[in-house]
Amino acid sequence: MDLFGDLVQVLASTVRLSIPLVFAALAGLYAERSGVFDIGLEGKMLFGAFAAASAAAWTGSAWLGLLAAVLTSVLLSLLHGYASITQRGNQIISGVAINFIASGLTIQLGNAWFGQGGRTPQLPNSARFTEIVWPFAREIAQVPIIGPVYAGLISGHNVLVYIAFLAVPFTWWVLFRTRFGLRLRAVGENPGAVDTAGLSVSWLRYRALICCGILGGFAGAYLSVAQSASFIREMSAGKGYIALAALVFAKWKPFNVLMACLLFGFLDAFSIRLQGKSLPVIGEMPVQLIQALPYILTVILLAGFIGKAIPPKAGGVPYVKER
Amino acid sequence: MSAPYVKLPAWADYGLLPLINVVVALLISGLVVLFIGQNPLEAVQYMVEGALGSGEGIAFTLYYATNFIFTGLAVAVAFHGGLFNIGGEGQVYLGGLGVAAAALTLDHYTPWYVTMLFAVAASFAFGAAWALIPGWLQARRGSHIVITTIMFNFIAAALMVYLLVNVIKQPGTMSPQTRLFAEGGQLPKLGALMSLVGLDIGAAPFNVAFLIALVASFLVWVLIWRTRFGYELRTMGTSATAAVYAGIRYERMVVVTMLLSGGLAGMMALNPVMGDLQKLQVGFPAGAGFVGIATALMGRSHPAGIVVASILFGILYQGGAELAFWMPDITREMIILIQGLVILFAGALEHMFRPALTRLLGAGGQSSKSPSMTQSA
Repeated sequence: MDLFGDLVQVLASTVRLSIPLVFAALAGLYAERSGVFDIGLEGKMLFGAFAAASAAAWTGSAWLGLLAAVLTSVLLSLLHGYASITQRGNQIISGVAINFIASGLTIQLGNAWFGQGGRTPQLPNSARFTEIVWPFAREIAQVPIIGPVYAGLISGHNVLVYIAFLAVPFTWWVLFRTRFGLRLRAVGENPGAVDTAGLSVSWLRYRALICCGILGGFAGAYLSVAQSASFIREMSAGKGYIALAALVFAKWKPFNVLMACLLFGFLDAFSIRLQGKSLPVIGEMPVQLIQALPYILTVILLAGFIGKAIPPKAGGVPYVKER
Repeated sequence: MSAPYVKLPAWADYGLLPLINVVVALLISGLVVLFIGQNPLEAVQYMVEGALGSGEGIAFTLYYATNFIFTGLAVAVAFHGGLFNIGGEGQVYLGGLGVAAAALTLDHYTPWYVTMLFAVAASFAFGAAWALIPGWLQARRGSHIVITTIMFNFIAAALMVYLLVNVIKQPGTMSPQTRLFAEGGQLPKLGALMSLVGLDIGAAPFNVAFLIALVASFLVWVLIWRTRFGYELRTMGTSATAAVYAGIRYERMVVVTMLLSGGLAGMMALNPVMGDLQKLQVGFPAGAGFVGIATALMGRSHPAGIVVASILFGILYQGGAELAFWMPDITREMIILIQGLVILFAGALEHMFRPALTRLLGAGGQSSKSPSMTQSA
């Protein structure tokens, strides 16, 4: 039973660790499906986290923090859009620039506003998204199997976790069951055809980037006002890039994104759990290997050794209207 | 894709336009300084004084610039071939392993200039090897090189931490680093060169690697504009399909380009590892691999431009450290912001000021295409 308890614990921490990846990877999904590469997920997440923590510290409301994160992230998205859609600049370079701007500006502003070397003040629980205990969780917890799963895995997360899980089917519905989604995917595959149909390629891509920004803000807010209680410098710590890897790994499909993020989250949870312990059969596993596994797996997948990941056809290419 | 831009005179294209982009980036940074309630002019004064006001400051500036020249060249070589090597950071890291391997093996037996030759070769080889797989995957399997090189940065970081903690750590110590190199494994400081112009190097780690960087810049210029390989490289960068049609072997070119790019990035490790720290330690690249993107864009992928841009970034890094010391409300991370803005304006928004400038100069004539950047791999 102890092993089972351990498993539930690892799975629960898997869920907690994969949520920012889910938000960020879905954000990337909207952008890339519309034909705009977004390396800047990391920066959106980081700046979103900073905005959320700052706003929550000033207003005492986690929801206003979330709003601030979303607005900030959308602004960065629009900057990316201006550079890569309107100015037809290189999308990768624009994304890299946004990451650096976020990395530098968050610390600079944080230091100027709060004087704690880039940190934001510790938030009280009232200004955070705290765990929601589901009805009867405590009573059922004693029941074998179902108890720990219900109390430890399903119940006891903050509201953003549940939103993330709802965002996956919602994204699928938007992309694959609505007119907007059809057009968004079309503009990522063949913008010329969309243009011929009389639709604005730019406006569609801008809207996709706004969706991307909103979700990027959720990812950031989760980091600073749900998972922890303040913003710490560089707190996104490469999660935006893992999300990018997850997106490739998921072959740009919403439900696969969830699975890929859970897998990468599990590897993360597993490596934390393994620190300093030795496994039966294998012996002591180098933690670095498990930490690098998401990247290694993504490279192997990209190489086409496990299935083939085919990106949206028009991805990365600015659209030029023929005159 | 047609580029509807009119050709500007060279001095405007390679001098004025980058200058405008950098000035705009600096102006916006100045606004941020103003926004947090500090005086931007005072900040500039501290910065310039810290970077250029003393022999030691200048030496530090050139020390940082050395790093950025190498990584800038690495990014530029790939740009010319239409490839975006964003994996400089990882290639530098692995290059450090090559430097350490050469220095630790030879430092007790050979003088520094012999060790240096082996270290140059080893750093190039290790950096190139780390770029080989992404290059090969791009050429043969069509994997997007941007994604794979990003992944390889993270894999390099994990690998190097593992190696330093578990394999090559000096026995009997706790910190993940190698032993100090003996004198035969150290690059000499350029204090003599500095005193020629009457300056004192002070404690700055300005060393022979700077000269290697200048030689590398010249060789890259020869390679790109004076050899058959360079011609094929630029053809591929302008249009991969045309290159294939002209009989250029695309796959081979991609792999060789990435080897060169990775090797140049790997050579950067000479400067901090053999020239300053005299040991290999965790995290020594410290983001210099990414600064190369900024210097390559600002220098318009031309070695001379990259040297100038690198010295500017050297001023920013050295001056930024001084600035953070004298004005505590401004952090060192201000530099990262400036770096981001330079990448934004000189890279992603490179065309923003062009139409206005074209109108202003009244230039006419045939349309041109700015090198490499309009085509992503």
